[in-house]
Amino acid sequence: MKRQLPLLLIFAFGAFMVVQYFIPHEASEFFYEFVALDWPPIVGVFALSLGTISLVRVSIGKIQRREPNWGYTIVTLAGLVSILIAGLPWFGGKQSTMVEWEFNNVMLPVTASMFAILAFFIASAAYRAFRARSALATLLLVSAVIVMMRFFPLGPLTETTGAIADWILNVPNLAAKRAILIGVGLGIVSTALKIILGVERSYLGRD
Amino acid sequence: MRHTTLTSRFTTRLVATLAAILLFTPNLVTAQDSTGLPITSEIAQSAPVVVRPAPPTNVRAADKPDDHGHTIIVSWDLSADDGQGNKNVLTYRVLRTPKMSGPIHPDSTGGDAAYQIFSSLPYGNAAWKFVEGEWDTLGEVPIGSTSYVNEGGKDRDQNGFLPDRVPFRYKVLSATIEGGLGESETSAPAEASGQFLHHGKLLHIGIPVLVFMLLVFGFLRAAKMGRELYIRPLAGISAVDEAIGRATEMNRPILYVLGLGAVDEIATIASLTILSRVAKRVAEHRTELLVPCYDAVVMTVAQETVKQAYLDAGRPDEYKEDIVYFVTQEQFAYVAAVNGTMLRRQTATNFYLGVFFAESLILAETGSVAGSIQISGTDRTTQIPFFVVACDYTLIGEEVFAASAYLSREPKLLGTLKAQDYAKAVLLLVLLGGCIGAVFAPELITSIFSMNF
Repeated sequence: MKRQLPLLLIFAFGAFMVVQYFIPHEASEFFYEFVALDWPPIVGVFALSLGTISLVRVSIGKIQRREPNWGYTIVTLAGLVSILIAGLPWFGGKQSTMVEWEFNNVMLPVTASMFAILAFFIASAAYRAFRARSALATLLLVSAVIVMMRFFPLGPLTETTGAIADWILNVPNLAAKRAILIGVGLGIVSTALKIILGVERSYLGRD
Repeated sequence: MRHTTLTSRFTTRLVATLAAILLFTPNLVTAQDSTGLPITSEIAQSAPVVVRPAPPTNVRAADKPDDHGHTIIVSWDLSADDGQGNKNVLTYRVLRTPKMSGPIHPDSTGGDAAYQIFSSLPYGNAAWKFVEGEWDTLGEVPIGSTSYVNEGGKDRDQNGFLPDRVPFRYKVLSATIEGGLGESETSAPAEASGQFLHHGKLLHIGIPVLVFMLLVFGFLRAAKMGRELYIRPLAGISAVDEAIGRATEMNRPILYVLGLGAVDEIATIASLTILSRVAKRVAEHRTELLVPCYDAVVMTVAQETVKQAYLDAGRPDEYKEDIVYFVTQEQFAYVAAVNGTMLRRQTATNFYLGVFFAESLILAETGSVAGSIQISGTDRTTQIPFFVVACDYTLIGEEVFAASAYLSREPKLLGTLKAQDYAKAVLLLVLLGGCIGAVFAPELITSIFSMNF
């Protein structure tokens, strides 16, 4: 029963979502909005509380075991507690000045810095990718240089490099992307079918 | 004396001119307004009109097919002055009767029979007044247009609501830049209604999916009957055992990142199925596994999956609640936490499987710096190049969905992969036919493949 009930629920809801897609009637929309749009936030709220408990438990465990760099865990817990306190109704709720201050002066700069690292990682990854060690890698290098040259003012050559770069992006590149997308589409349908029909049940264990 | 006489003459002429203007102006307007069409109150208000355009003809109204209701399509034949004749039509104005006013609370109608009550559990509860013979102006469409979609809302207690199963009649006015209006005949009544089957979706999506399902069922049956199915090997999958073995030898943990997708993403579900296989082998090897999660719902599912995998491997005692843990739902804070884990714990193997966005390269490059073996896979075409560059093995697109079947080598699961391959072959043939058709009969191909939904 422990395994049959989840499989039955998966089949019922999965089959309903498939059939619902082909029924435009208002009644069908109502069930879709009720099941697919109203339930997930409710489940999400309870899951978020489980997530917070998990974070606190793991963090406290790291502090107790004095794992390497356990000091950072204290910062994590301090951040969690401070934002919770700042969001309490007595301090103005989630619109409070404290929450806004913490978000604008701590959260935003830190996440922006993290995102900015991407620029350096792109450079290092590009260096590794564009080393012309084989014929294919050389082809990649030449293509990349042409596409990058699209943004350089090269006088009379600008138009030509622009046209070649556009061709690379719109013909071979787009063809490859579409081929991947077709495969992804079929893979999605196949995986959905396997799960709805109970063929793939590894996530439930004992396949 | 002379000055007084001149002033007197001027005043007399001015008075006479004004009197003439006052006397003759109404006659001028009436005389020019002579096309013989009935004058609506709206037309009467447009006093400066000098020329009225020919009206649109053959006004029809019909329910929009394949929809949830609340929509009526109005169509007409162009005015004789639209692009020809006097060439003075600028827009078409669409009007509807009975005039609707509301919404008000059902109890507030005061017994007025002109009110109808519309109630529906999710879409409100309100009373609307219908006045036959009075017109609502719906909107205007430019010259050359022959249709107007009267799309109303489904919420009963909001403005813009258009009820189903209530007959409405329409008329269309052709309008000139000077404000001249040509009024059409009123259409036959039409009612909006919702349908129980979307024919367009059924034809373009339903039937191909059905064909694919038949292929899947066919190969499932073949697999059950014991038919040998050849599946080409994938380097990324073959490397999973090697990567787990390496982590065991080095006595370092394995990091499994499920991505940033929610549990309703198929790529996340595929990643969970792979996690199950990986966790089982990790449990067998008694290696440490770390699964930091971005989404709390995904975390709860992953916890159950890993717990069950440890149980299946016969090592339930090895399972700890801390294996799968929640980090944060902030993208770059999550990246910072995972990167920190990689560098502090010196993970031997990193798996990145699921839905990824801008963080893909930051994660993969950090793992590369840490010297980990990295196996990645995503269905996001924009992130695949980053993984290809920075990881040792990458599962591209559909390979992510196939990985679980590869790892299990179960005939039933392999059968679905075979069905995918055949579906791709069919699609290739359709594409080829489409290319040839686009050269010789482009209109036919366009009409077959056009999807207006």
